[in-house]
Amino acid sequence: MIDFVQQTISGVAVGCVYGLIALGFVLIYKATEVVNFAQGELMMLGAFLSYTFIASLGLNYWLGFAACVVCMAVLGMAMERLVVRPILGYPQFSIVMATIGLGMVLRALAGMFWGTDDLRIETPFSKGVVHMGPLVISADNLSIIVATALLCVILYSFFRFTRMGVAMQAVSQNMLAAYYMGIPVKKMFAAIWAISAMVATTAGILLAPITFIHANLGFLGLKAFPAAVLGGFTSIPGALAGGVIIGVVETLSGFYLPEGFKDIAAYIVLLAVLLLRPQGLFGGAALKKV
Amino acid sequence: MAFRIRTGYEGDLSLFKTKQSVISYGALLLALVVAPFLLGSYFLSQIVFVLIYTIVGIGLVLLSGYAGQTSIGHAAFLAIGAYTAANAAKFGVPIYIYLPAAGLLTGLVGWLVGLPALRLHGIYLAIATFAFALIVEEILARWETVTNGNEGMMVKPAAVFGERLGEWGLYYLCIAVTIFVIVIAVNVIRSPTGRAFLALRDSETAARSMGVDSARYKTFAFALSAGMTGLAGVLYAHKLSFISPEMFTLALSIEFVMIIIIGGIASLRGAALGAIFMIMVDPVLVLIKDKLPGLIGAVTGSAMVQDKASVLLAAPGVKSLIFGLIIIFFIIYEPMGLDGRWMKVKTWFKLFPFYKPATFRRQKMYLKSERGR
Repeated sequence: MIDFVQQTISGVAVGCVYGLIALGFVLIYKATEVVNFAQGELMMLGAFLSYTFIASLGLNYWLGFAACVVCMAVLGMAMERLVVRPILGYPQFSIVMATIGLGMVLRALAGMFWGTDDLRIETPFSKGVVHMGPLVISADNLSIIVATALLCVILYSFFRFTRMGVAMQAVSQNMLAAYYMGIPVKKMFAAIWAISAMVATTAGILLAPITFIHANLGFLGLKAFPAAVLGGFTSIPGALAGGVIIGVVETLSGFYLPEGFKDIAAYIVLLAVLLLRPQGLFGGAALKKV
Repeated sequence: MAFRIRTGYEGDLSLFKTKQSVISYGALLLALVVAPFLLGSYFLSQIVFVLIYTIVGIGLVLLSGYAGQTSIGHAAFLAIGAYTAANAAKFGVPIYIYLPAAGLLTGLVGWLVGLPALRLHGIYLAIATFAFALIVEEILARWETVTNGNEGMMVKPAAVFGERLGEWGLYYLCIAVTIFVIVIAVNVIRSPTGRAFLALRDSETAARSMGVDSARYKTFAFALSAGMTGLAGVLYAHKLSFISPEMFTLALSIEFVMIIIIGGIASLRGAALGAIFMIMVDPVLVLIKDKLPGLIGAVTGSAMVQDKASVLLAAPGVKSLIFGLIIIFFIIYEPMGLDGRWMKVKTWFKLFPFYKPATFRRQKMYLKSERGR
């Protein structure tokens, strides 16, 4: 039983990371109907940048964190402007492939700049453990869970209470109407990409102490798809819940099921959800209008 | 400028629209048939790879270009075809039995994968096919009694009536299969099925209200495309004579999609052009890696720059960087691919001096709402 709880907690921590990446998908998809297959690569780049700022340049952890987030926000905006905006409105297929291409470029560039070795960073939470009765939770895992919860609150209040957040909601509900109301739709798109790049960066930096920083870290983004689909692809809490479910399922199947199931558990869940409930666990059924 | 004057129905029913196309395709076929007598084995094997990629490309053109269904998991179908061939050859089954059998089996799997496609579109379908491909990859690595796991397995040479099919035999087999696939594709496209595909692609709701059975045609598109890829898989296995799970990764699926993006999404000729492009990338890249640093060094006149350039070009990510840039470039600047470029050049000469770029302007499609530009 104690094993079960222990595994579940580490699953929740990994799941929070999936959830954060999935959150990036969902934000962009809701607002622009684009699915960003390069989201995992953004996370990877964030982790690498944190290595440069914190380990190489010797910045303070929090300062380095902030610097990464700012840099990645700029990069997110640049990606939107240069690659995504010219093809908005074209078939999904083109957009999916363009973002896949973008991911390949980012991965290759990261490999060239930072090499192919595993890197790691020291964080204030490294080595720490928290005892809760018989449970032992590493501070890294705890930091991920707490940071995710915190980020949720921030994002929720941003979308609920700020002028810009409300404008973004309007854009994602009906772009044309938002445009007529005088909302600068193009700027909102850039801002959405910046926000989702920032979320991905946060996920990357939080994940960095647990797994090594590596150019293939971006493939973790592929695990976030099941999370996003599970959550219905348009629901922000759904994405996080989906991430946690996927993380827990993955960790538990790695612990209890034969070898090999850990890697594909997420995709089996994904296919099952797509077959049984394509609108996701939290999404409402939507009819496409002509 | 040549005009096509219709004087009867035969012209519309024939496979070739004009006399010139009969002549040019005939010349191409002749060139392919005599190629082994003139070219070395390196070029021959490059042509075989081009043909295999063309078959896969045609399968994807039918599925993505005509039926409008996304798949980024076609490497899995190739793998199923390849492993079927490897296992059948192991037990001494002749190739004229297992080649069609592999096609049918893969087609069946494709039909099964197509079932979720009934309820999914666009992005969900892309994710579902790619999840399927990852699961197949894992099964290949784990089902050791059949696939020999990660160690991979040797593929016995193909045999017809106890006679081994050599390099030339495989070459001609590839040509035959490619022609077979092209003829099927051409006929499907101009039949009611092909028109149903187009209708489904452009508006599923409209197609259904006109009485197109969307379930039937979508699954059929998947089965057809997968079956073609399965045939390609058999040839692939025999060409490489060794297969292992890490050959059939997501990267290969993306290469397949690149074939049709580069060639032109809804064009059979484009599939061939894209296949040639994809096969040519590797040798050209090697050439660039060899020559470019020397050239840069000669131009700048400094050995340090030359060293820097050669180190940069030798980095492991160069190929994927170039692939990524190619994808983005084609999607933004040449969405109709090489075939589109070919048509534009042709039209330019035909209409000279009245060519207008607007002739080929792409229409935007909006999923949910019209967008402010």
